[in-house]
Amino acid sequence: MSPAEQDAHLLLADVYRADWGRLLGGLIRRHGRPDLAEDALAEAFASASASWPADGVPANPPGWLAHVASRRVLDALRHESTARAKAPLLAVAEAVLADDDGFPGADLRRGVAGQSPSPAAGRLPGVDVDDRLPLLFMATHPALAPEVRPALALRFVLGVPTADIAALFLVPTATMAARLTRAKGRLRAIGVGFTMPDPQVWPERVDDVARAIYLAFTAGYAPREGEQVVRVAVAGEAVRLAALAAHLLPGQPVLDALTALLVLQHARRDARAGPDGDLVRLADQDRSTWHAGEIAVGLATLTRLTPGTGYAEELRLQALVAAFHDTAPASGATDWAAIARTYAHLENLTGSPIVRLNRAVAVAEFAGPMAGLAVLQAAADQLPGHHRVAVVRAELLRRDGDHEGARTAYGQAVATCPDGPERRHLLRRLASL
Amino acid sequence: MKYLVLLVGDGEEAPWSSLSADEQAALMQKFGEFGAACTAREGVAILGGEALGGPEDATVMRTRAGSVTLTEGPYAEALEGLGGFYLVESPDLDTLVELLQALPRYDMQISPVLDMA
Repeated sequence: MSPAEQDAHLLLADVYRADWGRLLGGLIRRHGRPDLAEDALAEAFASASASWPADGVPANPPGWLAHVASRRVLDALRHESTARAKAPLLAVAEAVLADDDGFPGADLRRGVAGQSPSPAAGRLPGVDVDDRLPLLFMATHPALAPEVRPALALRFVLGVPTADIAALFLVPTATMAARLTRAKGRLRAIGVGFTMPDPQVWPERVDDVARAIYLAFTAGYAPREGEQVVRVAVAGEAVRLAALAAHLLPGQPVLDALTALLVLQHARRDARAGPDGDLVRLADQDRSTWHAGEIAVGLATLTRLTPGTGYAEELRLQALVAAFHDTAPASGATDWAAIARTYAHLENLTGSPIVRLNRAVAVAEFAGPMAGLAVLQAAADQLPGHHRVAVVRAELLRRDGDHEGARTAYGQAVATCPDGPERRHLLRRLASL
Repeated sequence: MKYLVLLVGDGEEAPWSSLSADEQAALMQKFGEFGAACTAREGVAILGGEALGGPEDATVMRTRAGSVTLTEGPYAEALEGLGGFYLVESPDLDTLVELLQALPRYDMQISPVLDMA
């Protein structure tokens, strides 16, 4: 491949990363068909990948892509309308494409040649709202099943490849592709428009955005079999999506808290897995591999937040815990009392037995294993048979010197834990008793 | 696009028959407000809407091997609470959902109408 051809591929990759969301948003805004728009844009990029290295990069790459993708959408609409003989629709669509004043791509075509798109700007000229915003709201619409919203958000707004999203959620690529297709088809069938939500429902809709992004992130950290490296990398895309959402919707505590939490957790990514992909406990992690710059960014975001309510407060408290860990120079210097207090607030807010479980661990760290076991008991009652309860009990009994009790608890944990890195880790802990 | 909105259950509302005349009037007021809100909203129109007779007055018609049977309704237990419907033209789902909140807090099924043109 010649240097010019390599440059073309690199440029296309840059444009993809910076502009996918805006371009998709623009297409859906014009043609109103999320199902057709996404396919058309993907095809436009594929077409560019084939022709730009050979024919040279166009003067305005995003404009080229927008134009080609728009033509493909119209072709697809024409295909459908041939079957249903809806000539008037076709005429309107053609007029829209021909009307240079209304078409965002036209502005770009007339724009300054050779000007590379600025990722930070994110706005097409002559358009009031960043197209990625209605796109984000569309992907996380409450009428969609909660499980598909994280995947659709990653795909629509960031253009994360379907194969990577599939790896993130531990399903075959074809399964994820089918899920996304169904979701896009549903958006069209039920008539979800490319609009900003009504101010009345804004708080819930922004919460929905945060929840979807959070699910996308945690999927990358679920300790199960699967390409860990890819999944953690895609979790990184969720972090990017959180930061983008907070940028597009400034002054939303839930999005700022989400960004802080994700950044503070993701900063520890390189320490989590041993050389053979085995889980490394927080206490044993090599803290020099934690990304200090990212931790600083997370802390800066967090410290600007004040105590709030609802889901925003949940995320802020979780971010606080992450911050206490991230700022401890060594495991032994961790402020466990502060962490326990934070978990107590979180438990009051959510009533979650999982939170109580975490609080038991924190309490044990500064008040001894028996104190932790006492806190654990209440959580155990609410989570019968959950392997994490047995794990925590095992670790606390072990620390208390009760090896027989610990052995039994490890056995229970192993019996109920799904296969994968976590289970192997438990077996090692059991063996090392 | 057009949507069929089925009022399929009372939700948080007490059963109609258990309400006083005043309480029923208050609910009827909400139906009026819904109608007015739809008229006022651009691109929205109520194309039809009726209250339905109770489950005891429903009849189920089945055709099997060319033979028609009529039985006392409703078709399924889930449809016991089907009390009414609206056929509404709306530019999108969110607009319709926003307007439907003017109605009593019934459980509703919103089905898109297929364009068979």
